[in-house]
Amino acid sequence: MNRFEYVRPATIAEAVAAASEPGAAYLAGGTNLLDLMKGGIARPSRLVDMTRLPGLDAIEPLADGGVRIGALVRNADLAHDPDFARKFPAVAEALLSGASAQLRNAATVGGNLLQRTRCAYFYDVASACNKRDPGAGCDARGGETRLSAVLGWSEHCIATNPSDFCVPLAALDAVVEIAGKAGQREVPLEDFHRLPGNTPERESVLEPGELILAVRLRAEASSFSAHARYLKLRERTSYAFAVASAAAALRIEGGAIAAARLALGGVAAKPWRARAAEAVLEGARPGGAIFRRAAEAALADATPSGDNGFKIELARRVVARALALAAAGTPARVPALPASLFAPVPGGLHA
Amino acid sequence: MSLSVSLTVNGVAREVALDDPRVTLLDLLRERLELTGTKKGCDRGQCGACTVLVDGRRINSCLALAVSCDGAEILTIEGLAEGGALHPVQAAFIAHDGFQCGFCTPGQIMSAVGLLREGQAGNDPERVREAMSGNLCRCGAYAGITEAVLEAGRQLAERDRAEAA
Repeated sequence: MNRFEYVRPATIAEAVAAASEPGAAYLAGGTNLLDLMKGGIARPSRLVDMTRLPGLDAIEPLADGGVRIGALVRNADLAHDPDFARKFPAVAEALLSGASAQLRNAATVGGNLLQRTRCAYFYDVASACNKRDPGAGCDARGGETRLSAVLGWSEHCIATNPSDFCVPLAALDAVVEIAGKAGQREVPLEDFHRLPGNTPERESVLEPGELILAVRLRAEASSFSAHARYLKLRERTSYAFAVASAAAALRIEGGAIAAARLALGGVAAKPWRARAAEAVLEGARPGGAIFRRAAEAALADATPSGDNGFKIELARRVVARALALAAAGTPARVPALPASLFAPVPGGLHA
Repeated sequence: MSLSVSLTVNGVAREVALDDPRVTLLDLLRERLELTGTKKGCDRGQCGACTVLVDGRRINSCLALAVSCDGAEILTIEGLAEGGALHPVQAAFIAHDGFQCGFCTPGQIMSAVGLLREGQAGNDPERVREAMSGNLCRCGAYAGITEAVLEAGRQLAERDRAEAA
């Protein structure tokens, strides 16, 4: 780990000023950043410890029925907040399907949004990586691409965003509140992460020094609570990143889908909102055939970035299965194995 | 630059002066406070051997900077037994053969203590296994570990009922 200066600002304004210096990074839970620093992948010259900043650790119900989640709320606290889990069950399930209990106790909401890719070539400092070292090339191309992208990738980078939490957030139109030198601004979560293009080193829309204050969900997002699931296909049932995942939320009225929300994880550099699939679903009666059509629409633009063409069909099946699970109804409690395929599926095993 | 860190470790107030902010909570416990019960396995948050409770919550101490924990209350394996009597989780690990070589055991036990405090798993072995997935055991003592956590959960619940009566 490189040497760095440690500062602990008392106010948000002080934090933004301290983090605006080149080479500075915010420290919150540290579960991703310290790992990256130990591997020599991240080498910040200054850590701005934001964990003592006031007012960022609350889950606040909003007057309109929505919720404001402070950037320092720990993943476990959010997932286990009974009111939050009841209103936004797919978000709670996604949170509990990620990492381990110890990591969820430390990792924060803001940090989850800013976690870096788990691409093995990004993590291996002996490999060429445009994200780590702009212009160096991409050794993931032609390499091991099981966890690489099939949507939105470029020849410069095929890495995926590893967040589970962000997938239902993208589906449910979450908004990110940001503080910066010029004041505060808001960005829809769907637009928060950038596709790689020819600048894969820029992963989000944050400018130097900008700080995530909170993530907001509107009351409308809770109107899906009776039919909202997260499904995550991974190499083992717990404590593994997604090969492909999907958050599906339906509002079913009079036996038909009045509204649908769908996003995919593990397939792109950002949580992938699938609006074309939502359009296929809206107005239809829930069922296997329409779920398969929606899945095809969701992956219509997908192309392999290496030997990972299988992920496209896999992602279709994850989408169709997630929709079937959502249509069957949100369980009273997050299942013992959150977001797992290894759980009974009403109406048969195959999507 | 000298950084001062105040911690309460196993009930004892400790003041440590650090000349380098890179020291993790794990290294502070092991190298500065000579509490070597907490183990360094992967040192990257993957194995759980370094699990301790910080303000009552289980975390990976290898991924926490000691300076960032300033003011916190830390519980390690050394602080678990009370007055020479093993904590119910410790006793249950022995009763159910919840270990073989023992290297991961302090982390397993601290994780189990954290799990029982969280109160989410109840007596469901599937939820216990899921909630313990952040602790690897290369000897493969998982069956005994699950039994031990369930047993300790029952004992603690019984103790709570007796105290409430």
